[in-house]
Amino acid sequence: MKKKDLPQDRSKLENVTRELCYTQDEKGEYTTGLSKGWEVKAKALDVAWEDIKERTAEARAKVERGEASPILFFMELRLMDLPILAGYTGFWKWTIKRHLKPNNFKKLSTKKLQKYADAFDVSIEDLKHMRFNES
Amino acid sequence: MKVDFNHIQSAHCENGVTTNLLKHVGINEITEPLAFGMGAGLFFIYIPFLKVNNGPAFSYRNMPGQIFKRTCTSLHIPVTRKKYSSPEKAMQELDKLLEKGQPVGAQVGVYYLTYFPKEYRFHFNAHNLVVYGKEGDNYLISDPVMEEATTLTSYELQRVRFAKGPLAPRGQIYYPGKDLVKPNKATIAKAIKSGIKHNTMMMLRVPGSIVGVSGIRYTAKLVSKWRDKYGVKKGGQYLAQLVRMQEEIGTGGGGFRYIYAAFLQQAHDYIPNDQLLSISEEFTRAGDLWRNAAVQSAGIYKGRITAQADFDVIRDQLFEIAEIERGAFKRLHKLNWK
Repeated sequence: MKKKDLPQDRSKLENVTRELCYTQDEKGEYTTGLSKGWEVKAKALDVAWEDIKERTAEARAKVERGEASPILFFMELRLMDLPILAGYTGFWKWTIKRHLKPNNFKKLSTKKLQKYADAFDVSIEDLKHMRFNES
Repeated sequence: MKVDFNHIQSAHCENGVTTNLLKHVGINEITEPLAFGMGAGLFFIYIPFLKVNNGPAFSYRNMPGQIFKRTCTSLHIPVTRKKYSSPEKAMQELDKLLEKGQPVGAQVGVYYLTYFPKEYRFHFNAHNLVVYGKEGDNYLISDPVMEEATTLTSYELQRVRFAKGPLAPRGQIYYPGKDLVKPNKATIAKAIKSGIKHNTMMMLRVPGSIVGVSGIRYTAKLVSKWRDKYGVKKGGQYLAQLVRMQEEIGTGGGGFRYIYAAFLQQAHDYIPNDQLLSISEEFTRAGDLWRNAAVQSAGIYKGRITAQADFDVIRDQLFEIAEIERGAFKRLHKLNWK
């Protein structure tokens, strides 16, 4: 890629940083240039976030229908899957799977609920009612 | 306390940490491309059974930590590396090192990295940065992918050092040792050769079909099946994932090919074999083609093109990339080093 072809499109990194890229000068020698963004990448990131939003909305609907516990909603909201949540809570994956069922979730002790609340960065009350601060 | 440390931006986090830490101990010859090449950073792997953000998992780089490790070992630079089970101890020891004037490389998770925009914060645990001082409760951070140096509070730094999930950093820190002998031109030339040899092995000789050049071919075939298997929308999401793994900060697939091309050009200064320059051009071509494949993929995930033929175009582009990289590495393999 030649330095003049380095894309300078809008991206989510605007006002945060530019990215350093390796490009060639006129003689074909490599130098570096700074890129504001590339719309191909920006769109790929948008696609990922649209998917996350859809999944979070679906999870909320599922919890409201009584098909899953709020843990499912917060997992989607915080982009976590079972191995990651297992890492943050210290629970086994199969334990979390049990807690994903509404009936099992209702029986959880405060201590266990607190572990989930900490992992999701919310209070126990907010955890139960699927409330959160957008931060 | 503040260590006199020079923040220099780089394209990839681990290259940057490596070059900046080496510069700090007075080794100025090692540029980002040289570190990347000596560390045998170019790679490709498709990881079956593993899901990342509900999509398939790819990597365009070798295992985290390897670039720093290989670069230092091949230059005979002693390395100190430590993991912790106790966050408190991890922070105390970091403070002690900073007091002694030692800037420290650290592996961190991105999800709680507050200076990144929210949209970039996924649970990715193999990011690298340098901590070079502490003022009050704020740690001074040199994150090589950022234009400027930045800060994190002690709470924030502890949190990212102890991020959980796959590749959890476990507070890992590393830095080059004190009693080192500065590498001369011959040592650097030798390190370059060893990096190239190792990279050739990784891309061509690892058995199985998911690693290296054959991994690219495997992925090509996979991509052409996504439309039938998952439909246009999900197929598009998977392609977007492939592009993000390829081009995002710190992972860069197309970008990595350019860094490797730059590495071969710089290697020529130490090993005057003109073949290196022409092989460098091959990697530039590979980089351009990776970017073309990304543009084609974008057409699909933007919903502009949706036919099976459009997925097949990507397959053929990836096949072509695989052939170019195979050819380039074979030429590297056969180089007469003298």
